[in-house]
Amino acid sequence: MSTYHVPTMAEMAAASNTPEILFWVGCAGSFDERYKVVTQAFVKILNKVGVSFAVLGPEEACTGDPARRAGNEFLFQMQAVANIQVMNAYEVKKVVTACPHCFNTIKNEYPALGGNYEVIHHSQFLQQLIHEGKVVLQGGGEFKGKKITFHDSCYLGRANEVYEAPREVIQALDVELVEMKRCRSKGLCCGAGGAQMFKEPEPGAKDINIERTEEALATGAEAIAVGCPFCLTMMTDGIKNKERESDVQVVDLAELVAKRMGI
Amino acid sequence: MSNFPQVIFALVLVLAGFILFKRIRFLRRNILLGKATKRNDEVAKRWKTMLMVAFGQQKMFSKPVPALLHALLYIGFLVINLEVLEFILDGLLGTHRVLAPYLGKAYVVAINVFEFLAFGVLISCVFLLYRRYVLRLERFTKPELKGWPRLDATLILVIEMVLMCAILTMNAADQVLARQAVAPYIPLDSLVVSSQIQPLLQGWSTEAVLGLERGAWWFHILGILGFAAYVTYSKHLHIFLAFPATWYSNLKAKGEMQNMPEVTREVQVMLGLNTGQEPASNEVGRFGAKDINDLSWVNLLQAYACTECGRCTSECPANLTGKKLSPRKIMMDVRDRAEEVGKSLDAGGLGCEDGKSLLGDYISKEELNACTSCNACVQACPISLDPLAIILEMRRYVAMEESGTPAQWNSMFQNMETSFSPWKFSPSDRFNWADKVKAEENN
Repeated sequence: MSTYHVPTMAEMAAASNTPEILFWVGCAGSFDERYKVVTQAFVKILNKVGVSFAVLGPEEACTGDPARRAGNEFLFQMQAVANIQVMNAYEVKKVVTACPHCFNTIKNEYPALGGNYEVIHHSQFLQQLIHEGKVVLQGGGEFKGKKITFHDSCYLGRANEVYEAPREVIQALDVELVEMKRCRSKGLCCGAGGAQMFKEPEPGAKDINIERTEEALATGAEAIAVGCPFCLTMMTDGIKNKERESDVQVVDLAELVAKRMGI
Repeated sequence: MSNFPQVIFALVLVLAGFILFKRIRFLRRNILLGKATKRNDEVAKRWKTMLMVAFGQQKMFSKPVPALLHALLYIGFLVINLEVLEFILDGLLGTHRVLAPYLGKAYVVAINVFEFLAFGVLISCVFLLYRRYVLRLERFTKPELKGWPRLDATLILVIEMVLMCAILTMNAADQVLARQAVAPYIPLDSLVVSSQIQPLLQGWSTEAVLGLERGAWWFHILGILGFAAYVTYSKHLHIFLAFPATWYSNLKAKGEMQNMPEVTREVQVMLGLNTGQEPASNEVGRFGAKDINDLSWVNLLQAYACTECGRCTSECPANLTGKKLSPRKIMMDVRDRAEEVGKSLDAGGLGCEDGKSLLGDYISKEELNACTSCNACVQACPISLDPLAIILEMRRYVAMEESGTPAQWNSMFQNMETSFSPWKFSPSDRFNWADKVKAEENN
C-alpha cells in the first residue's frame, strides 16, 4: 500500500531529480476550499498515470495576473520576476496549470520578463493523456449519457484560442456535450476576469454570473463543466442564486476525469 | 461650346483636393499625437490579415445578414467608383462618356454592372435604415449613439441612396437623349436598370431631359467629392482606415498585456538584480494613460477607424448586464478627444494641456472598473479594434499615478504584497492542500 505523492521542486532538486513537468497550482488551487478538491483530483491523475511532476509548494506565489489587470504593473512585475527567478533556478521547462489566468500569464507575459517555458492548461494535458491512452476511463459514471455543458473561460478561449481540448475531454467521458447559445469564441464571461473576482461588480441591472448561469441552465444540462477556478466560483454562486444546487452541479474537468478513473 | 463648365469643374476638383489634403493632414497629426510604438513585425502575416479582415471582410460573416448588406455597399463602392474616373475625365476634357468608344461592348457591360450595383446599394441602404429605425436593433439605440453619431449614420445612408438615384437618373436621361440623337449622347444598347426609369421621362421636352441629365451628372460628381470630404469628419472613415487598422492590429495572443519595460527596470533595481542595463532615465513619462497622448498611435488610429457598429458593445458582458461600460463608447471617446485636442492645437491652444483629459472628462473610472478583460469586444470587432488595450492602459494610470483603484482592489494588492496571494492567507499554508491527498491510499 502506498499513498499519493506530491513532490516539491525543492525535494526533487535535493535528490538531484528533474521532473518532467511543474504543476503550477495557483492561489485558488492552493487556498480556495472548493478548488483545492480540483487540485487534489489533478495530482491523483498525475500519480495514476505516472507522470514525473513536482509542485513549487510554499515557493509558489501569485503570478500577478489580478494586479496587472487592475493596473498595478509594479506589483505584477514584482510577483512575476520573483516567480521567474524561482522557476529558472529549478530549470523548469514545462508548466501545467489548472488556472487559465496563470496559464495566460506564464505563457504569454513571463517571456518578456525572462521566463520562457512550455505552458499548457490542464484541459490540454488531460486531452493528451486520454489521446495517448494513458488515462483509462471506466464505464458508467455519474453523468453517463447525461447532458453536460462546457463554459469557456475567457483566458483559455478567446485569450489563447483553446476551445477544443476541454470539449474533447468531455466527449471522452461518454456524456452528451451540449453547447450554450454563446460558446467558444462567443462565450460569455463568468464575470470574474480582469480582477473583478476581487471586488464587487460596478452598478448594473444584473450580475454577469447570473446571466451566464441562466444560459447554462437553458441547455438542460445536469452539470456545468469548467476549466477555471474563478469560473467555478462564479457559476457555483449562480446556481445557488437560482436554487438549483440539488440538480445541477458545477464541476472542473479534472474532477470529471478523476471520477471516471475511479479515484 | 464654352469651356466654362470645365473651368468650374477643375476649380471644384482642386477645392475638394485641398479640403481632403488639409483634413488628412489634420487626422494624421492627431493620430501621431499618440506615443510611438513599433508594430511592423511579421510583415507577411500583417498583409494577409489586412487582405482577409479588411479587404475580404472575413469577420463580418459571423453575422450573415448585415454581412451581405454591407458587402453590397462595399462592392458597390469599390466598383462604382471606377466610373468616377470617367466622370473626372469628362469633367476636365469637356467630353461625354469619353471611354465608351475605346471600350466598345465592354463599356455597356461595365455600365450595366454599375447600374446593378447601384440598385443593390439602394436596396441595401433601405434595409440598413429599416434595421436602424424600424427594427431598432439594440446596438443602434445605445446612449452613446444619441445626437451626432445617429445623424452621421443616417446621413451616410441617405447620401449613398441619393447618389445612386442620381447615377440611375443620369443614365436614363442620357439614353432618352441618345435616342433623340442629341449630341454628344451615344446610344448604349439596353441599360437594364435605368431603362426602367425612362418611361417617367416620356413627354418631357428635350431641354428638360437635357437639364435633368446635366443636373444629375453634376449632382453625382459634386456629391461624390462632397462625400469624400464628409467622410473625413465622419465615422465613415473606416472605409479607408480599416486597412491600416487591420495591418497594425495585434497579432499576439489576445490575453497578453503589453509589458512596461520602464517598470521592469525599476523592479529589477528594487529586487537587486543587476541586469547591466542603464538605470531608468529621468524622462520616464506617465505610467499608463490619462489622455490621448499617453496612448499609442495605433490606439488612436483604431479610434478613428471605428465605425460605431456596436458589435463590441453588444457582446460586452458588462454592458449586457447594465453596467456603464460600452467598448464602442471608449473608441468614440478617444477619437472625440483626439479631435478636440487637434482643433485646440490648430487654433494655437493648449492641446492636451487644456485642463481636460480623456480620463474623467470622457471616460469615467466606473466604466474602466466594469471591464472583465474578457476580449469579447476585440473578438466581435469586424476589423479587430482593441478597446481593451485602451481600458487597461487607463487602469494603469489610475492605479499607479493616482492610487485611485477601488478599496477592494487595494486590499487585494496588499494581500499580494504581504502574502503573495490575492487573498489573505499565510504563505506558509500554501501547500497544506497536499496533506489530505498525501494521506490517501493510492491503490
